[in-house]
Amino acid sequence: MDFILQQVITGLSIGSILLLVALGLAIIYGSMGVINMAHGEFVMLGAYGAWALNSVFGLDLLSSLVFIFIGVGAFGWATERGVIRFLYARPLDTLLATWGIGVVLQQVIRLTAGGELRYVGMPEIFSGTVSILGVGVSSYRVFVFLFVAALFAATWALMFRTSFGTRLRAVVQDRNTAMCFGVNADKVYSLTFAYGAGLAGLAGALVAPLKSVSPEMGAAYVVDAFFVVVLGGVQSLFGTVASAALLGQMSGSLAYVSNDTIAKALVLLAIIVLIRFRPQGLFVTKVRS
Amino acid sequence: MTMKRRSFLKGIAATGAFAATGFPHIWNKNMSLARAANGEIKVGVLFSLTGTTGIIEESLNKATLLAIEEINAAGGINGMKIVPIVEDPASDPATFAEKARKLVVGDKCVSVFGSYTSASRKAVLPVFERRDNLYWYPTLYEGRECSKNVIYTGAVPNQQQDEFIPWLVQKFGKKFYLIGSNYIYPKEENNYCKKLLEKLGGEVVNEEYVPLGHSEFSSVINKIQSTQPNVIFSTVVGDSVVALHRQYRAAGLDPEKMPMASLTTSENEVAAMGGEAAAGHFTSAPYFMVHQSPENEKFVAAYKRRWGDDKVTHFVSEPSYFQVYLFKQAVEKLAGSEIDPPTIREAVKGQELIAPQGRIRIEPENLHTYLWPKIAMAKSNGQFEVLESFPEWIAPNPYAAYPGQMCTADGLKES
Repeated sequence: MDFILQQVITGLSIGSILLLVALGLAIIYGSMGVINMAHGEFVMLGAYGAWALNSVFGLDLLSSLVFIFIGVGAFGWATERGVIRFLYARPLDTLLATWGIGVVLQQVIRLTAGGELRYVGMPEIFSGTVSILGVGVSSYRVFVFLFVAALFAATWALMFRTSFGTRLRAVVQDRNTAMCFGVNADKVYSLTFAYGAGLAGLAGALVAPLKSVSPEMGAAYVVDAFFVVVLGGVQSLFGTVASAALLGQMSGSLAYVSNDTIAKALVLLAIIVLIRFRPQGLFVTKVRS
Repeated sequence: MTMKRRSFLKGIAATGAFAATGFPHIWNKNMSLARAANGEIKVGVLFSLTGTTGIIEESLNKATLLAIEEINAAGGINGMKIVPIVEDPASDPATFAEKARKLVVGDKCVSVFGSYTSASRKAVLPVFERRDNLYWYPTLYEGRECSKNVIYTGAVPNQQQDEFIPWLVQKFGKKFYLIGSNYIYPKEENNYCKKLLEKLGGEVVNEEYVPLGHSEFSSVINKIQSTQPNVIFSTVVGDSVVALHRQYRAAGLDPEKMPMASLTTSENEVAAMGGEAAAGHFTSAPYFMVHQSPENEKFVAAYKRRWGDDKVTHFVSEPSYFQVYLFKQAVEKLAGSEIDPPTIREAVKGQELIAPQGRIRIEPENLHTYLWPKIAMAKSNGQFEVLESFPEWIAPNPYAAYPGQMCTADGLKES
């Protein structure tokens, strides 16, 4: 029975990493409707931020998280102010522009930080394992899981328990009416985009010690993030959690019974089938129209 | 189109002239065939400087150029300078083929040094075979290729595994877990590994392949934990090596009980994953940067002086370096006679020289190289410690996993 428990925990861990990477996209795509193709590069910036803060200032990963969140968030804010706000009425152009931003970011990192794989160390306190019901689990994975849970709770609270969240939801429902009530839609949008970008940066920093850091790393993450968000249902935060958990368990257990190559193909197939019969995703936010 | 017509007309005119004056037809041959002339020997250098494998191939480009510069500084070859023509094929097999054609047909290079991936080598092969030119390939690869137009200076499976697998079995046990990236190289290596294990009475508890660039190994690690192998034989490449080692360590597995044995983990990958994740795992290769020999000290010092103190040399950059010296030795033998790809090929057969890894030799039949495989353990400082150096060089056999097939100077022979 041990291996089933172990596999469930593995699935949870994979799911938590998926959610971590997708959360920022869920905010940006879900609330603002902006298809941000540079999301993967925001993740990559976070990972390089962790590397740079460590190699230049000697900061360890945990203490650099705050700076990475603020730094990548600020970059996201500048992107929204400088490019995206001019394109809100033209979704296809946003897609192209953000993709271009992604390519530029990749090459800028390649030219400044170099193209070789970079090293981000795992925090010493989490380098061991902990025992959960008799199964040994990497304590760093447990930490990531808890961190993502906290991050999700904070995001949910921000959206549904603060006046900022109320204003954002108002703008999402009807921008013009919200503005008539005195909501500064521009400000709400740019802060939301910054928050989403900051989350992506955190994701990059947190996956770096488990995976590898290279200028091209974003490509894989942006694909995963879109799967999670689209499958979960755009605009539904809980849908994002559910689909991350589902995809995590699926890819974990399929990889266990067959192998990762087949698991990947089957997961993609399952997503296509689900989207075919439920184009709106697993969860739909009901809105009176 | 106009160029083609013009050269066609020229060809007609030339043939006419030779027929009339009775010149030996050898002149005609020289028009199309690459050869050294005017005190210059033109060679192509074809490593990607951009794209996905740009970083690693750049180090091969640097090692090649270093050797060329050294040879020229010491007076060239029989007084002739080597003129390198550097092209960047951008990690794309189709561009490799295009640039190879340019170097061979346009620039008339007598040899080209290049390629890291098998895909790029396969892409340029037809160019070199059609023009009967020579390609010098420095990377370890999966074998099962037999071309008289390629000089292979990297290891083939039998050279990395013949000593390694028995050593692992003896030291750790007979249960092996084979994991590789999903493409031809890991499959051929595992194929040979299984043959060796069969002979040694070993057992393969699982064999699996992950997609290229895969970075989530937790299910693989669960399977490793539930099958409890003695050795994890890894031919995972690129970013995935880094992820696999880190997640192995994070899961609390112990390299002393269940080490990873790799053919692809070099100083480069160790630097990216961090010494703590690499420590205690094994690699088999003919060259490690720490290898103690006067030639290697010279090579490492020269490389750092030329390209920067923080640069590392590794088991693909070393052959990139010594194969230029092999080329030099072959061309030296041709003093006074024609220097073109077929004569260079004949001259390089059986050539020996002392490379940084030890004395190496070109096998006259299959044009692969006798090498000195070593077994090394990675240490937490990011370098390797060589545990075993074998007393003899190992002959290359690109068809070791396919008894009955043999690569000879006349091509592949089936028996």
